[in-house]
Amino acid sequence: MNKNLGMLVLLIVIFVVTTLFQNRFVDDLNITNLINWTSLSAIMGIGVAFVIITGGIDLSIGSMVALVGCLLGIFISEDVGMHPAAAIICVLGISMLIGLTYGLLITQLKLQPFVVTLCGLLILRGLARFIANDQKIPSASLGYLSQHKLVHIPIPFISWISDGYWGMYKWNNTNNEYPLDDAGEKIALPLFQWVSILPPFFYLLVIAIIAAIFLNKTVWGRYLMALGKNEQAAKFSGINTNMMTILAYVICSLLAGVAGVLFAVNMPSVDPGSHGNFYELYAIAAAVLGGCSLRGGEGSIFGVLIGSAILSVLRNSIEFLGIRQLEFAVIGSVILAGVIFDEVTRKVMARRRAIQEAAMAETSVVGPLDDAPNPSG
Amino acid sequence: MPQSKSALLEVRSLSKRFPGVQALSNISLSIAAGESVAVIGENGAGKSTLMKILAGIQSQDTGQILIDGKQVRISSPREAQEFGIALIHQELNLCDNLDVGANIFLGREPRTLGFINHTEIYKRSEEVLKQVGLDVSPNTLTSELPIGKQQLIEIAKSLSANARLIIMDEPTSSLSTKEVGALFEVIKNLKAQGVSIVYISHRLGEVIEVADRVVAMRDGEYSGELTTKEITHDNMVRLMIGRELDEFYARVSHTPGEVVLKVDQVQVPGNAQHKISFQVRAGEIVGVAGLVGAGRTELVQVLFGFDRALGGTVHVCGKRIALKSTRDAIQAGMFLVPEDRKQHGLIIEMMVRENISLPGLARHATAGMVDQAYEIKNADEMIKKLGVKTPNQEQITQFLSGGNQQKVVIAKWLSLGPKVLLLDEPTRGIDIGAKHEIYEMMEDLAKRGVAILFVSSEMEEVIGMSDRTLVMHEGQIAGELSRDQLNEESIMQLATGQQLITN
Repeated sequence: MNKNLGMLVLLIVIFVVTTLFQNRFVDDLNITNLINWTSLSAIMGIGVAFVIITGGIDLSIGSMVALVGCLLGIFISEDVGMHPAAAIICVLGISMLIGLTYGLLITQLKLQPFVVTLCGLLILRGLARFIANDQKIPSASLGYLSQHKLVHIPIPFISWISDGYWGMYKWNNTNNEYPLDDAGEKIALPLFQWVSILPPFFYLLVIAIIAAIFLNKTVWGRYLMALGKNEQAAKFSGINTNMMTILAYVICSLLAGVAGVLFAVNMPSVDPGSHGNFYELYAIAAAVLGGCSLRGGEGSIFGVLIGSAILSVLRNSIEFLGIRQLEFAVIGSVILAGVIFDEVTRKVMARRRAIQEAAMAETSVVGPLDDAPNPSG
Repeated sequence: MPQSKSALLEVRSLSKRFPGVQALSNISLSIAAGESVAVIGENGAGKSTLMKILAGIQSQDTGQILIDGKQVRISSPREAQEFGIALIHQELNLCDNLDVGANIFLGREPRTLGFINHTEIYKRSEEVLKQVGLDVSPNTLTSELPIGKQQLIEIAKSLSANARLIIMDEPTSSLSTKEVGALFEVIKNLKAQGVSIVYISHRLGEVIEVADRVVAMRDGEYSGELTTKEITHDNMVRLMIGRELDEFYARVSHTPGEVVLKVDQVQVPGNAQHKISFQVRAGEIVGVAGLVGAGRTELVQVLFGFDRALGGTVHVCGKRIALKSTRDAIQAGMFLVPEDRKQHGLIIEMMVRENISLPGLARHATAGMVDQAYEIKNADEMIKKLGVKTPNQEQITQFLSGGNQQKVVIAKWLSLGPKVLLLDEPTRGIDIGAKHEIYEMMEDLAKRGVAILFVSSEMEEVIGMSDRTLVMHEGQIAGELSRDQLNEESIMQLATGQQLITN
């Protein structure tokens, strides 16, 4: 928790410094964008945190986001004409199946997670481009729907997950349709009417709370932590490590799918070739910055939230400070600095602990007798 | 401590501490040229630490080392080599992919103009191979030789570096009786040539045969010394454990009950040509003895469902269990305390409490939620019951001593109510006090009707604790010894593939 506190301070520092340089940074539109982006990347980050905790990785998140965006657009297009809710359930089901496939390949064939999901990155991207015929797919966003007069879509449903308002598309009883009038009055939907909260952020909160309870309070969360630290020992304790690993990949892919849906409803169209590029790296970076160790067995949901926030604020402030060409360099350096700081504190703590132990042992023998390299002496 | 006038090596009040433990305190020792000294002691007595200091792998905190009466500092293995000290590890350090000559001169290759001089290597290799009585060509690939010959190559290697003191750490742990005989022959010859030997072994029979003098250690301290005439089995044990054998092992014999564990024609991967069958009754403690690599660990891991059996059936309390995974065994009440405590027994980075509750977590969960109140209560009970020395339940298990870690492993299973307890080297690397407590715990469980199968490489322990002993040799059960047949010789005969000679 101490570490998360440090991260929180870092977040505030970046925020304040950028605001001092550019007060446009804190205007409504930018803050809205910032919260939306943070929420979406944090949802992906929470997902990948689960597989990182098992000692694995998922490199295919960005491709998953693209595939989900394209599928969703196609499912609700007039050609297919699915109800958005059904379409969303379908794409989430597909993403879970993909996660299941990863999990099976990793646990049953003992393939390395890196390799499996690297192939996933390529295959899903390829599939997205194939089904979209390498063309931009009009997405399920409100703007597009109104522009193209796709009245068969129940728009309030979409607004419920995109911006929380439906004023422009107020149901007209006489014509039995949504008047697509830009001049309409904006009215917040139930829930968002009462609490002023952006839908993606709301969904993030729900997901984060469930994930945190799952990880910290349930048997399965404990199993994940245990197998991430030492899979062999977990097996010796009777834990179904394969099933838990598969579960982690399913959760990760599902959350990538959820993020994919939320991205899609917030943009006019999905480009199968570029949509979601690098998102997996942002998600992994957020998880690592938030205290997940790629060695497995470590990580907290709160940490991932802060990690995501730092990354998006950093990205945003880089843009505002007009050093966009340095974006990757700065983000890379910050992550590296965070990891180095973490490792150094760990070493210092371990040393302090050893000294303390030695002092304690003067009186009684409580200590790692056989931590000497060869125990048989 | 008596000091020989022509001491080749002398050690004066050597001390060494590791975080949390005094590994050596005030050890003195002197070894004459051509003398063989056996250093004995239980696991964790400090033998390895002492040898590592002599071999330059670790350095002492205080105390002096003298060679030929001159004080020296041995700060690296290379320096030890220059002083003529060679350490032959329990696990051999040979490169399988190189030939014998290359191994003998590894890192010290004679060179001409920077190129390795193979003629020279082979010529000098032949000389040292002759010294150890080994009739192999120096260009034989090392991997083609049996382990006993590889051991002799290690010795040849140290001789080629002009070793005057060779420390052998458990040199016979994977040798056959015949190979052991050959090794002893070599040791005799080396002594005649003035080379001193420090012999470390748990096999007291071998010590009697090989040692001119015995130095015993206990918990990092010097606990006594025996001259040639005094070297007897009982004397050595007394020095090692600090009391009489009968007091140390808690075992009292009692009548076993129903058959609890029935193993029928089980085929273990790697040794599938052998079908293993045996039974363990309620309240019975059955030892499994044998050499390292005899397939004992493999057997118990198959019984526990960690590795898949290739055939055969296992019944617990008359009910056949599937053994597809560890969950099947756990479900049936058969638990394993594995050989490798840190890799398999515990999640060492987790808290004591979390480790104790791990296998039983699901049994006490409601809707998947961990029952934290139960977890805390149970951990508390187990810590008290087994006397785990830990500041609190939240202590990271890594920071406990070996013995206390092992108690945590046992605690994991105790709260689940074992019917069969499989113990694989349960006392390896733990101090004497904790050992005794583990014996008492085994005895207590047996009294309550638990069937116990325990694998051990320590003869004393097997003899002291078991009602019956199965001896394994090359993947099969070579024989079974009842309590009155049980002694070091009979175990060794079976373990090395000989027929049991009964008298």
